[in-house]
Amino acid sequence: MSRQEMGKETMTVFSPQLAARFDALVEKYPVRRSALVPMLLYAQDEVGYVSDAVIAEVAERIGITELEVRNVATYYSMLRFKPGGKFNVQVCTNISCMLRGAYELFERFQEELGVGHKGVTADGVFSLEEVECIGACCWAPAIQVNYDFHDELAPDSVPSILAEYRGKAAGQGVTPHA
Amino acid sequence: MADVTFTVDGKKLAAPAGTLLIDACRKAGIEIPAFCYYPGLSLQAACRMCVVRQEKVGKLQTACTTAVAEGQVFITESDEIAQARKATLQLLLGNHPLDCPVCDAGGECELQDMTFKYGAGESLYTEAKHHRDEQQWSPAVFYDRPRCILCYRCVRMCGEGMDVWALGIQNRGSSSVIAPNNGNQLDCEQCGMCIDVCPVGALTSGSYRYKTRPWEMKHVSTVCTHCADGCKVTLGIRQSNDGSEIVRADNRDKSGINNDFLCAKGRFGFDFVENPERLNRPLVRNAQGELEPATWDHALRFAAAKLREIRDARGGSSIGVIGSNTTTNEENYLLQKFARVVLQTNNIDHTRTADYAAFAAALEGQTEKTASLRDTESAPAILLVGGNPTEEHPLLAWNLRTNVRLNKARLYVANNRPIKLERQARAALRLNAEDYAKLPALLESGASDLAKAVLGEESILLIFGQEYRGKDLASLVAWGLRRGNVRFACLGDHANSRGAADMGLLPDRLPGFVSCRDAGPFATEYAGMPTDSGMAQPEMFAAAAKGELGALLVVGANPAAEFGLDRTKLGSTFTIVQDIFQTETAALADVVFPAASLYEKTGTVTNTYGDVQLVLKGADRAGVKSDFEILVRLAGAMGVDVKTLVPFGKRAVTADLGQSRGAQAGEADRHAVWLAANDLEPKLSPFDPLAVLDEIERLVPGYRLDRLSLFGGNDVPTEPGFVAVTALTGQDLVAPAHDGLFTSGTLSRYSPALQDLKRHQTPAPAEAAAD
Amino acid sequence: MPRLVSHPDEVKIVTSRFGKGAADIDRYVEMGGYAAARKCLEQGPDWIINEMKASNLRGRGGAGFPTGMKWSFVPKQSAKPKYVLVNGDESEPGTCKDHLIFLHDPHAVIEGAMIAGIAIGAKVGFIYLRGEYRYLLEIMEKAVADAYAKGFLGKNIFGSDTEFQVITQSGAGAYEVGEESALMESLEGKRGVPRIKPPFPAVVGLYGGPTVINNAETIATVPHVITMGGPAYAAVGTERNGGTRLFGLSGHVERPGVYELPMGYNLKKMIYEVGGGVRGGRKLKAVVPGGSSTPVLLPEEIETLGMDFDQVGKAGSMLGSGGVVVLDDQTCIVEFALRTISFYQHESCGWCIPCREGTDWLKKSLTRFHAGFGVEKDIDNIQYLAQNMLGRTFCPLGDAAAMPTLGFVKKFRKEFEDHLNGKPCPFAKHVDLAVV
Repeated sequence: MSRQEMGKETMTVFSPQLAARFDALVEKYPVRRSALVPMLLYAQDEVGYVSDAVIAEVAERIGITELEVRNVATYYSMLRFKPGGKFNVQVCTNISCMLRGAYELFERFQEELGVGHKGVTADGVFSLEEVECIGACCWAPAIQVNYDFHDELAPDSVPSILAEYRGKAAGQGVTPHA
Repeated sequence: MADVTFTVDGKKLAAPAGTLLIDACRKAGIEIPAFCYYPGLSLQAACRMCVVRQEKVGKLQTACTTAVAEGQVFITESDEIAQARKATLQLLLGNHPLDCPVCDAGGECELQDMTFKYGAGESLYTEAKHHRDEQQWSPAVFYDRPRCILCYRCVRMCGEGMDVWALGIQNRGSSSVIAPNNGNQLDCEQCGMCIDVCPVGALTSGSYRYKTRPWEMKHVSTVCTHCADGCKVTLGIRQSNDGSEIVRADNRDKSGINNDFLCAKGRFGFDFVENPERLNRPLVRNAQGELEPATWDHALRFAAAKLREIRDARGGSSIGVIGSNTTTNEENYLLQKFARVVLQTNNIDHTRTADYAAFAAALEGQTEKTASLRDTESAPAILLVGGNPTEEHPLLAWNLRTNVRLNKARLYVANNRPIKLERQARAALRLNAEDYAKLPALLESGASDLAKAVLGEESILLIFGQEYRGKDLASLVAWGLRRGNVRFACLGDHANSRGAADMGLLPDRLPGFVSCRDAGPFATEYAGMPTDSGMAQPEMFAAAAKGELGALLVVGANPAAEFGLDRTKLGSTFTIVQDIFQTETAALADVVFPAASLYEKTGTVTNTYGDVQLVLKGADRAGVKSDFEILVRLAGAMGVDVKTLVPFGKRAVTADLGQSRGAQAGEADRHAVWLAANDLEPKLSPFDPLAVLDEIERLVPGYRLDRLSLFGGNDVPTEPGFVAVTALTGQDLVAPAHDGLFTSGTLSRYSPALQDLKRHQTPAPAEAAAD
Repeated sequence: MPRLVSHPDEVKIVTSRFGKGAADIDRYVEMGGYAAARKCLEQGPDWIINEMKASNLRGRGGAGFPTGMKWSFVPKQSAKPKYVLVNGDESEPGTCKDHLIFLHDPHAVIEGAMIAGIAIGAKVGFIYLRGEYRYLLEIMEKAVADAYAKGFLGKNIFGSDTEFQVITQSGAGAYEVGEESALMESLEGKRGVPRIKPPFPAVVGLYGGPTVINNAETIATVPHVITMGGPAYAAVGTERNGGTRLFGLSGHVERPGVYELPMGYNLKKMIYEVGGGVRGGRKLKAVVPGGSSTPVLLPEEIETLGMDFDQVGKAGSMLGSGGVVVLDDQTCIVEFALRTISFYQHESCGWCIPCREGTDWLKKSLTRFHAGFGVEKDIDNIQYLAQNMLGRTFCPLGDAAAMPTLGFVKKFRKEFEDHLNGKPCPFAKHVDLAVV
């Protein structure tokens, strides 16, 4: 039975907005399954990670097995299966950034946040990740906080960047993802 | 497609254009190594072992993805190629644990063989290997990631081959793993095909792992004792304290009717043989009314004396005989001959799981109208009516899926419930159960997509389930014969139910469905046999309840469980039971003989399609005897000249007795096959079932067997009857077993492996939502 | 916001609208946008393909396959729908040019895709951006919506009876998806594993239909080729290497940035004049000329090297994605090689043995090596390993990992030897690399 047949009252792990977006997304392509990769990413943006419930619902929306969803999901490095911080700090250390001090930058983030690679701060506001090239080589060293780029950084830029996001988190009354 | 010619290693070869080079080479005897390539499954080109040099092409090419074309020139072995393969092996071994001494696959490992061939014996790397703990995915399947070379054969076999799709691949790069579908558990048909295709020891069998080394086993290819498809299964046999035990069952040489396939029952359901509850001594009911162990001599003399006494005092018609669906043709033949000739009774029956007699009658006078199981893998159009092959005939289901996938065969399914094979069907028709009888009319009307398509087919393979019996079966076959170009297959249950019917375990039918009244050659062969129809099972039990059945001989059957018999219902009937286990029926008996299982005897069995195959003795167990031997000894103890039952030693021995055989075991084996095939093997023992096979061939219409093929281990087709089958038993006595993937009549109750799998696959009661 | 740079030697064709608000559809049209597509509608497929062939435009993703020829391989008749696929999965380390195209000139991508669609008879185009480029995807999505609103996209583009739809798509983190057939797999909702070829995408591509797949820069160049005329575009570059190229100068260079220079522009000049020389006045040690997968070049190899596909190829490396990474004399080559191979190890899809196992072992060996635990034999082993990946893998990722490794070992063997037997890294800045 498809979701349409089951009616609107179907239980969903997503917000009504995202659920509606997904309803449209699966119809956008010649085959429903083409929606899979972006759907997982958008689901993670909202839920915080690709949870079992996300996998189950995505599988059902697309009409494939949960195993197939997992096979695909585990392939893509932006998808995570445990909660991250509200703001995921991704420090590129690939060659162009490395040559311009990315490791020093990454070390500074580790010191400031008190967590290492793939760590999450105790308050759930930040997670830290060393990532591969993010396509900002000419403006190195660069990082992404969630999807925001910050480029031409130095270790001393770290405190102000973190302060900016801490401020956002406080403004949103963020609590850690369960 | 037209053949093209091309050159491989200087040899001119020809193959249809588009043939994969690896296949063309293998056909021509040029072995190209490969891990990921597996015939019939989708191409991967992932292992890079099959690299070859193609003239005028820069890079080495993978033979598994190169389609041959006119004039191409290839080199498949050279220093360059050997070096490339060696380097690939070195890369693999870099992370592969060298635990070969304890690995199940040791000695049967493709990675070992390749390493041996290409000599990657030196370790270039000193880095630590990736480790991951071994996982148990089900009672049957274990996964050891470090040993996995990620060839994806298991994933493809499970998905493409089995249509189960329970295995996936997760993560990427060197972190990739094979993953099961249900968290860390495998929710599937537990067929074990993934273990079978694994080229290394990454997937191992719960029942075999760490039990023995392959070279410590003797490998005996025989026929599976479970469903009526009759897969060839290779038993791994090892000496044990009380004979020789089966430590493994698999599809080792893939030479059988089942090609690549074997299901859970064939692979894991052999362990009933080793069940401690096996009977291993005859039992005789003592004065206190309890069964107590007895010697064979005593038990046989006691049973024989009682049988003779009852026959002589009350007549043969007061004795009933019930045969088995899992004993050999020779045993079934001998049993009915013993009943008719020695016990002087036609009260002989077995639990019929399909109406084979009606099938034979419907095909009266027809030849080449029945389908071999092999036809199901190549027929261009198949109409499957009733039944559920996925559960009840796993090999048939495999063949149909394979045929659809690889040959684009058109499958049509008509059923009263959804069945999984509809996923492969071109068209499906939902019937009401009572509408099966109307199917011929429904097809003729062309009123459904299925009917239209079926009418448009040039030829059809019509496979029908046990829903068809008696008149319905006759009219369905009649429709096919009228339509023309239709072959038929009739589905029943159990390893030799077709053989039981063919061999005349019926109250009104002699072997080959020859009527008792008009017995033809049997009239002289079975001099003095009764000509009136005997009693069927229900009639026997009714007679017993009335005190009219003096004796009952039950061989490998469990009517007590089926018909709810107890001692009161049997009255004073003297009951003899031959069985493997102390079944409900054995518990009621006066004498119980411990019988050998199908894996412990030699003979032939006939699958539900009429394909005859050789059963070879694999295991051995102290204290038991084959049903054949028990019957001969019983007859002997009754004072019968056993030569009249078993024509042993009749023929002048013209063959040598081994003097000319070579020293090599293999040569001797082939010699023996040839002698047996040409009927030159001296049958010096009355316990040699093959002596009876000669008589079956002589007397049973349709059992004209290609013996060289049969003794070479192949399946040999038969024809069902071709004799006038006029008076069918009026009653419908067909009782399908409806065994599933993990059940097999009484046998599966004694198989811990099948019990475990059944538990694993039975969904737990729904839990309240935890979140 | 990524900084835009400029240099007098630049020939601004693809970048001509950068920084001028062309993401706004009206601005784009004011600057001549969508005129090329309208012209193509009038002229028809054969004309377009001839112009493309005449332009000598070669694929900007890295392989440098002639674009016009690629389009001409698509069968005219097809039972299955045909597709245009824009590869914006820009992931090669050292490369960020498409980033700027999506940011500053999204309509050029739409218009280029549309022209490709007209040329091959495709009614649907997909624009696939790597998952990290979310803000660029949003810009693209807005541009697509604006183009629909204007009637530039849809059933009847520009009021004609030609249909062209554009669908945008996001990846989720996978370098391998930049490989054309892996991208199709990803777009079909599968693991980004490449397909067996043949069949090639032009015959059997996305959803089994004939597909043209081009890099985003290639596609964004197409409207300019049409506007200028193929021969005029070709004339900007060198023989068989038409037009300009977006070169991304990064690493130890004084003025890093994306510069649009004519094909064949001298590499030394690019570093010293366009890029302002090595940062801090240091000495040049080496250059990676076309993204991290291209073998490293020594200073003496770039003196007269013109940056086009053929000349860089002759010099033993590749023009690749045009990402020029400059290394100064304080750079540890072993560490650089390790960081390079770590990337390919992380991104190997795991499909084939030589790449999956080879990148893993190279990373492990180089990690140990850089930490000072290397022995003489390791150097040969690393070379042997890389040599045996080369040309043996399922897709070019294995080569992309092996080629630079071989280059580093061959050209800097001495520096590898200086790390042997417990000697500390002569350039050590930090003890060990975090493992991604």
